[in-house]
Amino acid sequence: MNTALSWIKEYVPDLDVTAQEYTDAMTLTGTKVEGFERLDKNLEKIVVGQITSIEPHPDADKLIVCQVNIGTGSIQIVTGAHNVKTGDKVPVVLDGGKVAGGHDGGPLPEEGIKIKKGKLRGVESDGMMCSIEEMGSDRNMYPDAPEEGIYILPEDTKVGSDAVEVIGMRDVVFEYEITSNRVDCYSVLGIAREAAATFGKEFKAPVVTKTGNNEDINDYLKVTVEDTNLCRRYCARMVKNIKLAPSPKWMQRRLAASGIRPINNIVDITNYIMEEYGQPMHAFDYDLLAGHEIIVKCAKDGDTFQTLDGQVRNLDHTVLMINDGEKEVGIAGIMGGENSKITDDVKTMVFECATFDGTNIRLSAKKAGLRTDASGKYEKGLDPNTAEEAVNRACQLIEELGAGEVVGGLIDVYPVKAKESRVKFEPERINALLGTDIAPETMLSCLEKIELLYDKETDEIVAPTWRQDIHCMADVAEEVARFYGYDRIGTTLPTGEATTGKLSYKLRIEDVARKVAEFCGFSEGMTYSFESPKVFDKLNLPKDDGLRDTVVISNPLGEDFSVMRTLPLNGMLTSLSTNYNRRNKNVRLYELANVYLPKSLPLTELPDERMQFTLGMYGDGDFYTMKGVVEEFFDKAGMHKRPHYDPEAGKAFLHPGRQANIIYNDQVIGYLGEVHPDVLDNYKIGEKAYVAVLDMPAVIPFTSFDRKYTGIAKYPAVTRDISMVVPKNVLVGQIEAMLEQRGGKILESFSLFDIYEGSQILAGYKSVAYSITFRAKDHTLEEKEVTSAMNKILNGLKSMNIELRA
Amino acid sequence: MKEKLERIKSEALARIEASDALEKLNDIRVAYLGKKGELTSVLKSMKDVAPEDRPKIGQMVNEAREQIESKLEETRGLLARKAREEQMKKEVLDVTLPAKKANTGHKHPNTIALEEVERIFVGMGYEVVEGPEVEYDMYNFEKLNIPKGHPARDEQDTFYINENILLRSQTSPVQARVMEKQKPPIRMIAPGRVFRSDEVDATHSPSFHQIEGLVIDKHITFADLKGTLAEFARELFGEDTKVKFRPHHFPFTEPSAEVDVSCFKCGGKGCRFCKGSGWIEILGCGMVHPHVLEMCGIDPNEYTGFAFGVGLERIALLKYEIDDMRLLYENDIRFLKQF
Repeated sequence: MNTALSWIKEYVPDLDVTAQEYTDAMTLTGTKVEGFERLDKNLEKIVVGQITSIEPHPDADKLIVCQVNIGTGSIQIVTGAHNVKTGDKVPVVLDGGKVAGGHDGGPLPEEGIKIKKGKLRGVESDGMMCSIEEMGSDRNMYPDAPEEGIYILPEDTKVGSDAVEVIGMRDVVFEYEITSNRVDCYSVLGIAREAAATFGKEFKAPVVTKTGNNEDINDYLKVTVEDTNLCRRYCARMVKNIKLAPSPKWMQRRLAASGIRPINNIVDITNYIMEEYGQPMHAFDYDLLAGHEIIVKCAKDGDTFQTLDGQVRNLDHTVLMINDGEKEVGIAGIMGGENSKITDDVKTMVFECATFDGTNIRLSAKKAGLRTDASGKYEKGLDPNTAEEAVNRACQLIEELGAGEVVGGLIDVYPVKAKESRVKFEPERINALLGTDIAPETMLSCLEKIELLYDKETDEIVAPTWRQDIHCMADVAEEVARFYGYDRIGTTLPTGEATTGKLSYKLRIEDVARKVAEFCGFSEGMTYSFESPKVFDKLNLPKDDGLRDTVVISNPLGEDFSVMRTLPLNGMLTSLSTNYNRRNKNVRLYELANVYLPKSLPLTELPDERMQFTLGMYGDGDFYTMKGVVEEFFDKAGMHKRPHYDPEAGKAFLHPGRQANIIYNDQVIGYLGEVHPDVLDNYKIGEKAYVAVLDMPAVIPFTSFDRKYTGIAKYPAVTRDISMVVPKNVLVGQIEAMLEQRGGKILESFSLFDIYEGSQILAGYKSVAYSITFRAKDHTLEEKEVTSAMNKILNGLKSMNIELRA
Repeated sequence: MKEKLERIKSEALARIEASDALEKLNDIRVAYLGKKGELTSVLKSMKDVAPEDRPKIGQMVNEAREQIESKLEETRGLLARKAREEQMKKEVLDVTLPAKKANTGHKHPNTIALEEVERIFVGMGYEVVEGPEVEYDMYNFEKLNIPKGHPARDEQDTFYINENILLRSQTSPVQARVMEKQKPPIRMIAPGRVFRSDEVDATHSPSFHQIEGLVIDKHITFADLKGTLAEFARELFGEDTKVKFRPHHFPFTEPSAEVDVSCFKCGGKGCRFCKGSGWIEILGCGMVHPHVLEMCGIDPNEYTGFAFGVGLERIALLKYEIDDMRLLYENDIRFLKQF
């Protein structure tokens, strides 16, 4: 919402503040000023001049030489403009002055344009006559300006006076951010009321006088409202003998400052009322209303309607329409119809000033795909009590502007009157909520400023109907606080029972994951939760894979953001790909984020949100590096059992021979592997990449922050090395499982120190060597204890067809 | 005999004195104190000494031996130190050669900012909790005083799954969930992802993060809200940070406010960060609306509370001077390594 300061001052005449003071103070009482623009920015030394003579330029056909009276004397100006004649009054910028823009319009330079005297083709020119574009505006806002050339001022303008003032540019336009609860402030009057309260000045509402001839509108028009829920009030007045003309300059200036293009007196009056009162109006051509009647009712399913912009709109039974005796003539509160719009030939018209249901207008505007200034106002829910005054004010302007003859009387369909809201005045509770000690009288004087009055008899605060946001004590407290001053309320810390500050267990484990990942060289990435359903093909996922069953967004930003991810790899691989594409070497990333698994489709309950700890890398390192990171995490998360790895993980996006499910306590808690070469191609990653995914809800039950000291071994260890020839299909993990099972109590640890396949080993076999360490906690091991354990192990090897190497 | 001993002693001491290498000391030891050494041979010739003189001569020999040994030891120490010093001179490093770093990874700037915020509030006794990202309309809107058809729904372009389920457009639904299942006193913050239908550009993302805060107890006041957030701002942006509370509107709080902090780049003088105003808007807050308390099963006559919501990306972008939000979701390692 944009409004000129001069318009606010119309209702707060004593207001005398700088633009910055106004901005700061209004913002602190809750009417946020987003910014302001001085209309006279870069307009310097511009006065009203009168052309006293025009001579041709001796050396240039296209230039003329004017003598201009600027009040203090006469100056000579050379110009290329041809719309001027002797006697014209024009804005003249003097030597050393400034204008806002070039004569051809276009973007305005930040610092304006300096004007200096000089010679044009050898003839002295002491200044410049200005076009409206040079003054920083355009023909949209100044319709009386010529298409090309100098802006001619009215004949009665005083020579030598301030031309900027004359054209209404000694003004500031403020831009406000109005919150949705303050419908009343979407109007100049609403803001003026706040400004008066903020600065402690008197608010003077416009005095609306009685208008109209001695005829009765009821003799001309009949109005029926069939749906009184969707149309709470319908006011109508009529104007005949209309004389279309441009509206006066003061009205044009105010509308232009609000960003509204002046058109003609009738249109401008409706727009003026919409700005002044926040109340939209519509004008119908009376002669085009069949049966001279208006019926307000909903459309029928399948109806179509041509709005006055020429577009055909589809309707249904929820869209409220204005009808005449035969047909639909307007979509209520949104836009009138082509079939009843005001044209230049209009003789008699009907002013509609109604209160339509905000929600209905909002939904209808959405359905019709047509949001207008009017619907924007209605959507917020207007006060029905404004309608009557607004339409009477419009008729007053008709008379003042001589735009037509107002017919006497008003049609007002208003079955259920809006009542003011009443809230118990509870100063102690207000102080208790604010943490203040404000005297009740001070509270009442704060409230009075904005016309929230105290009813002594009932001990209630009475809020006018335009304040539809006042319902309870807290609402009144806010009004008190606004005008008492948020900055005057103290700063304390909550007292009361102490609470423990802490992170949830889940967040603490995630913190461990972060630390381990970062220690291992992985940096944290973040990727979107939604992606394209096409990523499943990119990841090689079979057509019938359950992970293709996704939570689908009904109104996505586009296909690329349309389904909630069911696995985290697309984000990770896309990030790796971005890095690869930018030639970053040795990239290691991790992410902690959710996947969303629907419990049933279509969705009837919330999906299962599962936190995934995803690691991805390319460059230095291999499968076992990644495996190391996973185990490092287990170690730090208190998972001290040996994890197992099942190569039959069945992940289509991973290399078939280089993938494994991660198994802990017989439960699959994640997977890792080398990314399938096809998938690498799909993501345009040109080297091997590895990923690991841990399903945190599965991991967390095994984690622990408990630590127990088990003592440092006192007795010596015995180490035995064995070197084996192992059939290739036997996994090292199987040997280790056997070692664990048969090593007995005294087995302390084992470590693989060599694995080899090649020329010295029979085809189909590999050489594997382990160093096995035995130790007892309570005594020095005897030879026979170790031999017995080793024998069990050797027997185990035999049963696996493994031979010791000679 | 006595003269001989004196001569041997002074000769030995002089040789030790003149030694410049550890091996030479050993030779000297052998030459005087060894089995066939000169001093030893004096002892061997004791049989030629008169019996009454033997103890005296013996004592003299021992004294000479002690003196030689102690001189040997002293010189050994000197030479060893000298040798070590020589060695260290050879071992001088160019300390300006590159370091061997462990190449640890880096946290995402969002996480760094979040941990800052968590640290501050956990220290004030707040619990960090989470809520679902795919949420019921009831929690995201209705229980927050935003019924169907409420104009505030238009201000947040929400992604819907169906009529009742949506992607949460704010972290505020966690307020409602916590109030429903927990009795006051409540002090919590709830960080997490939120979603709004904004096209991706330098200042918008359809997915971003908020941190919700909620305090419910007896006698909680607007002044408490002011004090808490002023403390938060000072902790986050520095001791000299000032806060400004401006009246605003949120459907689920009343009174409501937006909070500006004095620009931590220019200290409030006005710069490009604060667009010349000296203030930067960082969060929205207010006293929990009595209807919201009621809908979540808390008696508004007994309890009051405050709530606030902070945009995490906003904090991260401001604090770390990141000029394009898209950088946060690209995961270019050259970006991440700067944090």
